[in-house]
Amino acid sequence: MAETLKLEIVTPESKIYSEDVEMVTLPGSEGEAGIYPNHVPLMTQVQAGEIIVKRGGNEEIVAIGEGFAEVTGDHVAILTDNAANSDDIDEATAEEARTKAEQRLAESGDISEEEARALNQAILYSEAQIKAKRRKRS
Amino acid sequence: MPSTREIRRRIVSVKKTAQITSAMEKVAQAKMARAQQAALAGRPYAELMNRVLGEVVSHAGDFDHPFMKARGGENRALILVTTDKGMCGSINSNLLRKVTNEFVTDHTRVIAAGRKGAQHTARVGWNLAAEFPYSDTPVFSEARAIARMAVELFENAEVDHVDIAFTNFVNTLTQKPEVQTLLPITEIKGVQAGVEGEEMATELPGGTAEFLFEPSAGGVLGALLPHYINFQVHQILLEAKASEFSSKMVAMKNATDNANDLIKDLTLEFNKMRQAAITNELLEITTAQMALGN
Repeated sequence: MAETLKLEIVTPESKIYSEDVEMVTLPGSEGEAGIYPNHVPLMTQVQAGEIIVKRGGNEEIVAIGEGFAEVTGDHVAILTDNAANSDDIDEATAEEARTKAEQRLAESGDISEEEARALNQAILYSEAQIKAKRRKRS
Repeated sequence: MPSTREIRRRIVSVKKTAQITSAMEKVAQAKMARAQQAALAGRPYAELMNRVLGEVVSHAGDFDHPFMKARGGENRALILVTTDKGMCGSINSNLLRKVTNEFVTDHTRVIAAGRKGAQHTARVGWNLAAEFPYSDTPVFSEARAIARMAVELFENAEVDHVDIAFTNFVNTLTQKPEVQTLLPITEIKGVQAGVEGEEMATELPGGTAEFLFEPSAGGVLGALLPHYINFQVHQILLEAKASEFSSKMVAMKNATDNANDLIKDLTLEFNKMRQAAITNELLEITTAQMALGN
């Protein structure tokens, strides 16, 4: 029996995910980070994107917004504003959110750096949602 | 002296009012429970945030962030969390009285969350910076929008201090108007204590394990602070909603009771009049009989 990690994803509104998993890939601030059991304790920022989870030999994808991850030897806890399990994602809504964010980014030339960053994160999050949904279906 | 028909009509109308208020009471009860549940659902998030904050703060050392710098100017912003609708007892007027006396000056810009606060602000001529709606079960994005506005004002040095005024939910019968400071985050001490005076405050585990930080402890803390503020605002909105509905529940219960009392009084009055009319008639009949018999 291989060792496992306890993966928890929490948002201010609920606990989206809580399972024992074999491996997690995070969209870290310095690139993707694959986390196996007994990882060094780590605190990292995470970008909006997709978390790839290996559980029971299968791959699952969870879309998250930007946030933070706390990694210790036996668990990974992710703190984020938004997260969506592939079952709960509505592709049309995500698509619409992406288009809206992209438009806003393209049209308004004088938005602040902060807002541009927020919009980029929103785009990444919507893309991850769409991807997670499609993967689930195929 | 009203006629019996008028009284009967009034009884019917009061009965209808009682029906409406008792329905509103039940709706408020359900919504209050929902707001409380939503606040509880944030608990795992708060716990994790405390853990992260605890680690980060103990590793970051002397950390300086614009959010934590007290500037001491007199320009302030006040986030005024009120309800959208009336019929909820005195919580809005209590809150407004508190902020009127203690917090609003000519240098205060009001960010209104909820329509009542915005209306009051316009009426008394305060400086209204923005008005935000929030739904009966506040979602995080609503809190984020409000927090972003406040943070922007603070970052652009348009204001030097941000307070948030809301009605604290003590229990179903008691709600207390309260004002908390949102920005600057008072020293690193406030951060260390985790989620301030909220009932969900947990012990911070402190920096025991040797954590690696990516990009750095300071960087993580800097990125964490906006989330920390968003979360605070979110919890405050939920708290305010719970207060609103519990206050509404009590107000509607009183209204229903009053209506029922009124119905009782009116019914008594109605019966008295009816009886008086019958007695009168009888009296007339007997008098007529006696006159005939003679």
